[in-house]
Amino acid sequence: MLDAKIPDGPIEEKWAKYKASAKLINPANRRKYKIVVVGTGLAGSSSAASLAELGFDVEVFTFHDSARRAHSVAAQGGVNAAKDYKNDGDSVWRMFYDTLKGGDFRAREANVYRLAECSMSLIDQAVAQGVPFAREYSGYLRNRSFGGVQVSRTFYARGQTGQQLLLGAYQSLMRQKSQGNLRLNTRHEMLDVITEEGKTKGVTVRNLDTGAISSHACDALIIASGGYGKIYYLSTLAMNCNATAIWRAHRKGAFMAAPSWTQFHPTSLPQLGSYQSKLTLMSESLRNDGRIWVPKSPDEKRPPGDIPENDRDYYLERRYPAFGNLAPRDISSRAAKERIDAGCGVGPMKNAVYLDFKDALERDGKPEIKNRYGNLFEMYRKITGMDAYEEPMMIAPSAHFSMGGLWVDYGLMSNLSGLFVLGEANFSDHGANRLGANSLLQACVDGYFIAPHTVMDFLANTEPTAKNPGENWTALAAASEKKLEEHLGKLLATKGNTTAEEFHKELGKTLYQKCGLSRNRSDMEEAHTELLRLQERFSTDLLISGKAGGINFELEKASRVEDYLEMALLIVADALQREESCGAHFREEYQTADGEALRNDEEFQYVSVWEHTGKNEHKFHKEPLHFEFAEVKERSYK
Amino acid sequence: MKLELHIWRQAGPNESGKFEKYEAKNLDPHMSVPEMLDQLNTQIIKSGGDPVAFESDCREGICGQCGFAINGDIHSPHPGTTTCQTHLRSFKDGDKLFLEPFRAKAFPIKKDLVIDRSAFDRIIEAGGYIGVNTGQASEANTTLIEHDLAENAFDAAACIGCGACVATCKNASASLFTSAKISHLSLLPQGKPEAQTRVKNMVAQMDTEGFGACSFTGACEVICPQDISISNIVAMNKRWRKAL
Repeated sequence: MLDAKIPDGPIEEKWAKYKASAKLINPANRRKYKIVVVGTGLAGSSSAASLAELGFDVEVFTFHDSARRAHSVAAQGGVNAAKDYKNDGDSVWRMFYDTLKGGDFRAREANVYRLAECSMSLIDQAVAQGVPFAREYSGYLRNRSFGGVQVSRTFYARGQTGQQLLLGAYQSLMRQKSQGNLRLNTRHEMLDVITEEGKTKGVTVRNLDTGAISSHACDALIIASGGYGKIYYLSTLAMNCNATAIWRAHRKGAFMAAPSWTQFHPTSLPQLGSYQSKLTLMSESLRNDGRIWVPKSPDEKRPPGDIPENDRDYYLERRYPAFGNLAPRDISSRAAKERIDAGCGVGPMKNAVYLDFKDALERDGKPEIKNRYGNLFEMYRKITGMDAYEEPMMIAPSAHFSMGGLWVDYGLMSNLSGLFVLGEANFSDHGANRLGANSLLQACVDGYFIAPHTVMDFLANTEPTAKNPGENWTALAAASEKKLEEHLGKLLATKGNTTAEEFHKELGKTLYQKCGLSRNRSDMEEAHTELLRLQERFSTDLLISGKAGGINFELEKASRVEDYLEMALLIVADALQREESCGAHFREEYQTADGEALRNDEEFQYVSVWEHTGKNEHKFHKEPLHFEFAEVKERSYK
Repeated sequence: MKLELHIWRQAGPNESGKFEKYEAKNLDPHMSVPEMLDQLNTQIIKSGGDPVAFESDCREGICGQCGFAINGDIHSPHPGTTTCQTHLRSFKDGDKLFLEPFRAKAFPIKKDLVIDRSAFDRIIEAGGYIGVNTGQASEANTTLIEHDLAENAFDAAACIGCGACVATCKNASASLFTSAKISHLSLLPQGKPEAQTRVKNMVAQMDTEGFGACSFTGACEVICPQDISISNIVAMNKRWRKAL
C-alpha cells in the first residue's frame, strides 16, 4: 500500500532516470491544467513560480498579507551545497552521507541523495536571482561550516539567508503574477481539501479579511505550509505558524509520517517569564566562533567574566572532541539540557548556557566578528539589552523544526492522488534530525527542481477537469463550505472562559514537559490523558470574541489550536510506539551507558505512518527503510 | 509596571475611528510591546469586549509584519527597531502610550492597528525582480562580484517591507522602499540588463499607488529597522533620469 516509488538503479542515476522517463505535456496543453499552491514560503513560492513559468494555470493562497512574510524569512545561518569551492573534500556523496547520518539513518536514501545532488543548482539559481551571498575579496562565493559536518559547505547572506532566498522566490512569484501566469490570494487560509473518488480536486479557503468561504477546483494541489513546531507554544517559529493545512489534508486521507520528530534548536534565547510568546533563535552559525560552557559548580555565583577557565565546563568540547561546539543540533540541545537539569544552568531562571565569544574576539578582533555576526549581536542586544561583545550570550534549546509531516513518495506526492507536499510540511529528507542549513535547501530544491518535473509527470496521466469541474464537484464543494461555516459558528458559540491562546499555552507546557527534548513512557501516558482532558475542555470552555465575518484573529487562532490539540495526541502516540532513541527522538529508556541515543535498527528501521480513521483514531503503517548504498553505523561525533 | 494605553480603534476601512483608553497593569518590563497587547487582549476578551486588532508574526524583527506608531514614533522610540523588538523597559512605570496605525493614503486602515500594505507588492510586481526562469542559471562562480559591491547590494536588499519609511515621511513617500529594491538588483551584474525598465516601471507604479514625492528630509533613514540609506534614493533618481 505504501509505495515510495523509488526508481531502481544506482543511487547516482535515480533522479536522472526519473527525469528522463517522466512524462511531459506540450506547452499549449499545459494551460488547460490548474494547480493550486497553498503557502508562499520558499517551497510554495518557488514551485508556484516554476510551474507558472512552464505555462500551467497556477492559483496561490497564503494566510499572510504579503507572500514575502512567510516564515522562511526568519532562517538565518545559511544554505548547504556540495560545491566543494573550499577544496576541503566535499562531494555529493559526502553531503548525502552527512545528512543521512545527521538524521540518524531514519531517512530515505534516494531522497537524501537527490537533495545533495540538486544543492549545487540551487546556489546557481539563487545567484542568478540576485541573492547577495557573502563573497571573498576576490569576488568568489564564500562558505562557512555548520553543525554536524567537517567541511565548509554553507553559503550565507549575513544572518539573513532565509530572507534573501525568500525574496528571490517571492520576486519570481511576483514576476509571474505580473505576466498574468498566476493568481495570488493573500489573507486566505486553506481549511479543507476536496477529494473526488480518492483524487485531490480542490480546496476550500476562508478569506481572513471578510470571513467569506469559497472553494477552488484544481487538477493538482501543492501544500507548502511549513512546520508545526509552534505546537509547543514557546518555539522559534512565528506566531501564526500552524498545522491546519496539513492536518485538514490528513483528515481527508493524507497519511502523516513521524509527527513526533521535532528538532529543538540549541541556540535560542531562554525563557524569561510566563508572558513570553516566543523564543528567538540565534543562528547556529554563531557556534563557529562561540564556545559553549556552564560553570562546573551548580553553586557558582560569580558573573561569567570572573569565572576562571578551571571552573568552566566546555561540555560539548569535553564530550564530543571531534566536533566540539559544532556537534549536531539534537546532540547539542540534549547536552545543554543535561547540564541544566544537573543544576549548572545560568541566568535568572537557571535555564540557559553561555555562548562565549571572548576567545574569538581576542583572536580575530571585534571588526571581524562584527563583520560575520554583526546583525545577530545587534538582535541579541535589542531583545535582551545586553552586549555580547562584552559578556557571553545566554542561550537555551527551543522547539524549532518539524522533521515529521505529511507522508510523500519519491515524487513528493502523498498517498492522496494529486496532493503534493513540499518543504517542511512533508516528512521527507531529514530523518530523525535535520542538519543546520538543510531546511532552506530542501524547501528550495522541492519547489524549484523536483515539483516541476513530478507534478507535470502526474498531470500528464490526468484528464484536466478543474476548468469545468462538473455537478458532483460543485455539490462536494458546497458541502465542504457548509460544514466549515457550521463548525466556525460552533466555535464562536462555545462562550466559555478560556481563550485560544491560553489553551495553546497549556498544550505547549504539557508537550514540552512530557514529549519534548526527552521522553519516557510514563510521562507520555500522562500527557495522553492530559491532552484528552484539554481537548474536552476546549469543546466546552473556549472563549472567542466577535463574529465570523470580517477580521477576527481570535477565530483564526482557535481553529488552529483545535487542530493542534488533535495533532498533539498523534505526536504522543508516535513517540510512544518508537521504543528506541534516534536523532531528536530521545527515549530515556533507550540510551547508552554514557547517555547517548540508543538506536534499535532491527525493530525500528522504518518511518512511522499514520492513517486518520476518525477523531483521535489512527491506523498505523510502516514504511521500511532500506540502506543499499550507505553503511548504517552508530552515530558518533566523539 | 503599569501603563495608560490610548489605542486607535476603528471597526473597518470605511468606519471612523477614535482613541480608546485602557489601563494595562501587572506588566513586566521585559515584555515586548506585542506581548503587552496579548495580555491586554486576554483581559478585553474575558470582559466581553472586542480585542485590539494588530499584526505581528515572527516577533524577531525580520518578517516586516508588525508596526504601529507609539506616541508618534514609528515602530518604536528607538530608531532602527521594529515594534516587536521594543520592550516595556523602554518606558517608565505609569507612562501614557498612544498607539495608532501607520498612516498613509496608500496604506488604508483595515481594522484598528492593521493596515493594507499591498501597494508595496504591486511596486515589486512592476519590476522588482531579475527576469530569470528556473533552471537557466549558469555556474554561480562564473560571475565574480566584488566583496564591497555584494555588501552594498545586501545593505539595500535587507529591507523588510514594513512600511515605516512611508509612515514617518511627511509626504508618505515610498521612495526608500522602492529605491532599496532598485539598488539591490541594479548594483549586481545579474540585474543590470533590466535596470532601465525596472526603474521606470517601479517609479511609475509608486506614483500610481498614491505615495508622495521625496523631499529629502531623511526621516525614513532614521527610522528604518534595517538602516537602509537614503543614498539609494539619490541613486534611484539618477537612474530614473538616465532611463528617460
